[in-house]
Amino acid sequence: MSLRRREVVKKLLEKRGGLLVVAGLGSTAWDITAAGDTDLNFPTWGAMGQAAMLGLGIALAQPKRRVLVITGDGEMLMGLGSLATIGVQQPKNLTVVVIDNERYGETGMQATHTAHGVDLAAVAKACGFKNSRVVTKNVDLRRMVHETAGPNFLQIKVAAEKLPLVLPPHDGVHLKERFRKALSDVLAKKP
Amino acid sequence: MQPDWPAEVHRELAAAGVRVVGFVPDAGHKRLIELCQANKKMRAVPLTTEEEGIGLACGAWLGGERSVLLMQSSGVGNLINVLGMVSVCRFPLVMVITMRGEQGEFNPWQVPMGEGSARVLETMGVAVRQAGEPQAIAAHVKLALTRAFEAQGAEAVLIAQKVIGIKSFQEQRNQ
Repeated sequence: MSLRRREVVKKLLEKRGGLLVVAGLGSTAWDITAAGDTDLNFPTWGAMGQAAMLGLGIALAQPKRRVLVITGDGEMLMGLGSLATIGVQQPKNLTVVVIDNERYGETGMQATHTAHGVDLAAVAKACGFKNSRVVTKNVDLRRMVHETAGPNFLQIKVAAEKLPLVLPPHDGVHLKERFRKALSDVLAKKP
Repeated sequence: MQPDWPAEVHRELAAAGVRVVGFVPDAGHKRLIELCQANKKMRAVPLTTEEEGIGLACGAWLGGERSVLLMQSSGVGNLINVLGMVSVCRFPLVMVITMRGEQGEFNPWQVPMGEGSARVLETMGVAVRQAGEPQAIAAHVKLALTRAFEAQGAEAVLIAQKVIGIKSFQEQRNQ
């Protein structure tokens, strides 16, 4: 039985506490929103290839908070160099999750490079991620996201399916401001 | 006497509270990069391509920190699409860009992007400040830092190639 993306993402974000979350454009932005839109989500609507770098920027700025990037295989492929950059920086608090359906989901479900065997987890490992693996079964990933010293990389193979759109707010200024405000509120509560 | 512009710019970055410095190496930025790497309050982050610097800068701001991006003009073309995120979210952004393809350029392949850099940046909503003299650079950077972090602007300071003054591969290698 193939994993289903919405269930995987919902589980990743269960009882998330102060987890800081970035989503790549398209399906993964809809996935994190379907799990429940909150101010500590930064779903992107563009800048393809930059989700992991946004996560690195947050992780370096907030070394005591956990940061989770959830993006698609197509988005990750456009920013492969960022895996090398993250490998050099070694942020312990960063986990990058690729929801890999081996398709460009927003543009007609064309095959991505991962459909032809490109192994993103192996790339991340070679770039110096502390933990990196391909996930094909329903396993508990909570410890990896919330505790394990990173950088961590999970390539989660999921079914290629067309799902109802669940859209987050698209006003970029709003998304940015709400994230910063919510983060400062979290920091004020837990010094 | 020539002003020590890398030291002056580094002082401005430190005074503005810049904590994250993304960079794609350039000969013209060699000393400034070294000063930032030596500053314990700054995290210097080497990038594989300039557009990573935009994600890094926006992420750092989301996390509550100020950053700067050091690069050369040949990398401006790599930024175009991702500058859309800076514009639509009004992320503060400061880029210090050394120019290629100007006076003294020895490599013709550097010329088209050098000549197009300012227009490309302006087209994508970035304010461009041309620093043609070494003594003007730090003041431009200071203004760019203020505009970016106080008024949520995207700013680029272009340092003219004549300031850097590299004329040949051999001189660059000997630097």
